[in-house]
Amino acid sequence: MEAPVPTSPALSVVQVSKAFPTPEGGEVRALIEVSLDVADGSFTVLLGPSGCGKTTLLRCIAGLESPDDGQILLRGERIDQVPVWKRRVNTVFQSYALFPHMTVEQNIAFGLQMDRLAKAEITQRVGQALELVRLTDLGRRKPSQLSGGQQQRVALARALAKQPQVLLLDEPLSALDLKLRRGMQSELKRLQRETSITFILVTHDQGEAMAMGDQVAVFNAGRIVQLGSPEEVYTRPRTAFVADFIGEANLVPAGQRDGQIVIEGFGTIEPAALADPGASAAAQVTLAIRPENIHLDEDPDGPATVTEVTFTGGDIHVDVLLGPHPITARLPAHGVTPPRAGAQVRPRFLAGSVRVMADE
Amino acid sequence: MDGRGIDSRGMDGREVNRRHPAGSESDSESDWSRRVRPATPGQGTWLAGLPGILFLGLLVLAPLVIIVIYSFLSRAKFGVGVKWTFDITPYLDLLYSESLAGGRAFDPTYLQIILNSFWFSLITTVVCIVLSVPIAVWMATRPAAWRTALVFIVTIPFWTSLLIRTYAFVIILNDNGPINGSLQFLGIIGSPIGMLYTPFATVVGLVYSFLPFMILPIYASAERFDFRLAEAAYDLGANRWTVLRRIVVPAIRPGIFAGSLLVFIPALGSFLAPELLGGGKTSMIANVIAAQFGASRNWPFGAALSVLLLVISMLILVAFAVVARRARRQQGVNAWESLL
Repeated sequence: MEAPVPTSPALSVVQVSKAFPTPEGGEVRALIEVSLDVADGSFTVLLGPSGCGKTTLLRCIAGLESPDDGQILLRGERIDQVPVWKRRVNTVFQSYALFPHMTVEQNIAFGLQMDRLAKAEITQRVGQALELVRLTDLGRRKPSQLSGGQQQRVALARALAKQPQVLLLDEPLSALDLKLRRGMQSELKRLQRETSITFILVTHDQGEAMAMGDQVAVFNAGRIVQLGSPEEVYTRPRTAFVADFIGEANLVPAGQRDGQIVIEGFGTIEPAALADPGASAAAQVTLAIRPENIHLDEDPDGPATVTEVTFTGGDIHVDVLLGPHPITARLPAHGVTPPRAGAQVRPRFLAGSVRVMADE
Repeated sequence: MDGRGIDSRGMDGREVNRRHPAGSESDSESDWSRRVRPATPGQGTWLAGLPGILFLGLLVLAPLVIIVIYSFLSRAKFGVGVKWTFDITPYLDLLYSESLAGGRAFDPTYLQIILNSFWFSLITTVVCIVLSVPIAVWMATRPAAWRTALVFIVTIPFWTSLLIRTYAFVIILNDNGPINGSLQFLGIIGSPIGMLYTPFATVVGLVYSFLPFMILPIYASAERFDFRLAEAAYDLGANRWTVLRRIVVPAIRPGIFAGSLLVFIPALGSFLAPELLGGGKTSMIANVIAAQFGASRNWPFGAALSVLLLVISMLILVAFAVVARRARRQQGVNAWESLL
């Protein structure tokens, strides 16, 4: 027994691996030695493209899947061998999974009945949960009589009413339209702050991840490729994948010779523009440059040619060729006169904005 | 319907074939569209329904009408056939019988038999439900490839005649049959248990006959069940038994309901199981009816009993329909679609 650590994480995932058999007889490795610590009272987002393993990890934490290897600890105690119904962890499912033959109140009460609470307390907690998600007057309705957004809030209330140690959310906003989604993002942040419950949310929408998470875990092909705050993951992506997945990034192959970065057919990149010069010594690298960090000066002798200019409302996208490599620059719609298609330009990169990554 | 015998309105009421405005096409083309008009599916000429109507009329309606008519006639002199005199005695015989001293007194015999039949059908239905729910849920949770095979296996009993299958139980439940034999061999019992020719044997026979009719509708309901709901219930702290009781069973209620309909009503009128397996002690309505056309030689009375059975069955059907409609409105359409 070790002495209690003051800042022990609410949830720890330790080297969890999980593989699924395929119908062809092989197997797909959904999780490969994934480790993650989730701080108490934090909002963690598991982010990644479809099939990257983030939902599998969530289900392992919930208990709906069991890992082949590794451990999952809730406040220091192993839960990976504990059956689903005994874990103090609750899930908000992507499909909401509301019981159709029960009313909203009965749906919320169900979990509390499983805890064998007194009837009076159940009624009180159901009322509180409904208030929390602002659905107080809809208690008697059946799920089929609710809109998508309302159903989602009932699913939230149902899980929150049990006051779990960790709340898991599986792509809760994917079925909602854009406006509703934005609203619910702030709702979820508010709920998390008010209840101080540790939230772990799975999404493939990087905008959502950045808006809600205190900590973002970027998944790719069964592994966590980067873990950090939204700001960190955005401005200091560790791999080309992360740079591309979070926000927009132009990925350009380049060569490194004598400490100089050269794009074939275009030219050298000034050392001042590089994020961390000397970070990689590889001969072949990939450069990641965010569109908003590119300035275009009109110059008839410029080394780059504009191919297309697109007005997207808030800003203007300018497609430019650096030698044979196409990139997109984002210029504000006002204040700057955009170059015309076919014009020659000299691109300038904001200091420290070009990240050099070794080819994976 | 227009004169050409094919309605030009589609099923949603919109015009299926629009008339082309005058002059936009040559006459021969519009002639073609009038003569060879593709009909909407389900909108064929009424002639197509004629064979089915004739079949139903001749083979179902006509015999029923004959039975109803016979029930209002008199018993024939020597018992075979009927005497064409109007008589309501057959219906009186349901409740009253002539005592040896002459005169009529209330006789509960036939009411007792009807009650008996109800009781047997009810037990059969309940036993079928208890057996079918686990089987159907198990079937529905197998991989998709297995499920077709399992449904197929459930229907195998229908490949053999009911008479032979019921008679097989005479052999199985016999004092010298395999059950008694193996129990005695294992030393569990000393002398054979008399299972045959008892109410127990009748129920066994009835359950065996009707089990597939309960399994398949419940399976159909269970198959449509969204097992993510079970996951959500587990997540909220329910163990396996609670999930089954509070989430799965309510969801497959339509299937249980449909199955009950398909078991209870036919069981009420079943003949073979009580006849072959029940012995003299278990008579159900159908046995009594059969006797009237056989040994008892009272055709009109047999017809009256048949009419009674028909009326009872129809009342039960109506009751089921009322309950189904109420549940439909409460639970929403989807859950009860399979009932139709």
